[in-house]
Amino acid sequence: MSLSAPVREPVSGTAVSPRTRKPFLLDLYGTAVGKKYAMAISGIALMGFVLFHMIGNLKMYFGAADLNEYAEFLKKLLYPLAPKESVLWILRLGLLGMLALHLHAAWSLTMLNRRARPVRYQSARDYQEASLASRSMRLSGIVVLSFIVWHLLDLTFGVVNTVGADGEFVRAEVYANVVRSFDRWPVALFYVVANLLLGLHLSHGVWSIFQSLGWNNPRFNAWRTAFARGFAAVVVLGNVSFPIAVTVGIVSV
Amino acid sequence: MSRHLNNLTVKVWRQAGPTATGQFETHVIDSITDEASFLEMLDVLNERLIADGKEAIVFDHDCREGICGTCSLMINGQAHGPQRATTTCQLHMRSFKSNDTIVIEPWRAGAFPIVKDLMVDRSAFDRIVESGGYITSPTGGAPDANLIPVPKPVADAAMDSAACIGCGACVAACPNGAANLFVGAKIAHLNLLPQGQAERFKRAEAMVDTMDEHFGSCTNHGECSAACPKEISLDVIALMNKDYRSAKFKNRKELSRN
Repeated sequence: MSLSAPVREPVSGTAVSPRTRKPFLLDLYGTAVGKKYAMAISGIALMGFVLFHMIGNLKMYFGAADLNEYAEFLKKLLYPLAPKESVLWILRLGLLGMLALHLHAAWSLTMLNRRARPVRYQSARDYQEASLASRSMRLSGIVVLSFIVWHLLDLTFGVVNTVGADGEFVRAEVYANVVRSFDRWPVALFYVVANLLLGLHLSHGVWSIFQSLGWNNPRFNAWRTAFARGFAAVVVLGNVSFPIAVTVGIVSV
Repeated sequence: MSRHLNNLTVKVWRQAGPTATGQFETHVIDSITDEASFLEMLDVLNERLIADGKEAIVFDHDCREGICGTCSLMINGQAHGPQRATTTCQLHMRSFKSNDTIVIEPWRAGAFPIVKDLMVDRSAFDRIVESGGYITSPTGGAPDANLIPVPKPVADAAMDSAACIGCGACVAACPNGAANLFVGAKIAHLNLLPQGQAERFKRAEAMVDTMDEHFGSCTNHGECSAACPKEISLDVIALMNKDYRSAKFKNRKELSRN
């Protein structure tokens, strides 16, 4: 009867393995802990994005000219040092890469975890510490991902936006596009729900970053969950205010 | 004064062997003292099964004083049952009420195959310890006590990690079947102490890599620490993650010297 794992050679020497054939970063990414580093680092990049996206959108409270000018400013980042839109594209591609990394690591870790428990518990579990947020990371992540797709189709490509008065979607008219989009109540509701789930995702994910990267120090450990919840709250409050402001008429054309 | 619990329904997992299909078997315990430990309750049940000419329920146990890490059991959906910081052998029937239904399942993880009934093979933990959970020191006369000074906070932190008895409750409780708390504790125990420094990074890389072959990955639920009979903190996982990262870089540098 062979129940135990295959016999392994004893590990010896100062370093662990012979010179790895895979490039270093790929080798690191091949491990579960390495994939958690990837989750954390891409998570930090995406945190930066959601925070500055929210802050930028606050411009809509100053009126159409301010918001549209901000959109124009993004295209001219570092201009004339760098050509127009070049920095914006670097940021866009970087974010897309980070998103892809986040998704791939999440996918492969989920598969690893499934393999780690091929036969599930046959009776109900009684969880003690696992929170709603930690247990719904995959669900909230999938909803946020589908929201991102919709959001791009709505306000970047205008595919699902209502067509403007002149019969054409003008991307640069950010303010008008946002108002037209949120004037449809189901769209406004979807934005609110997706952002609440983004908040749930952040409240667990931001704390997890510290743990995954090994940033543990008794002096600040108590602040890690507070920071995660505070960050999630700030992003969600800002983002949720936009569809509500349009619905109640604070922001209108 | 001891009380008695009456009419307990015990649903226990029976499985003839590693590949057999298992199922729950229901037994009723009419009366048992609340001073009985959980395992004594199973002993009483087994006595009855044997008297009836049936096969006894197989479960792991050894010291029965909460220090050996042999007992296990998923009791009503919690590893080691409802009492915090307590192994199954130290859990007593006073944690239950008359007329309760108690569901008992084995640890479930791919790396912990069921041997029979409630007994699982936890030797995957031994593979991990073999790969680095020790210090290589010359044998010989015992060194003088306090030859190597260890700061008190360091000694305390190392001792908190060394409290791990390797029962596997962390893996059992983890929704992902991850062993990070166990491996974190074993790594932290030695990596915090001066004696562990020489092999610190070899240890971190080897033990984590061995863990990877058998177990799932951490998503920071915190179930492991809640189930741990020794209340080992999630901090050991952060230390492991930090040391693994350092180990990857340092060992790569060492390898390129050869």
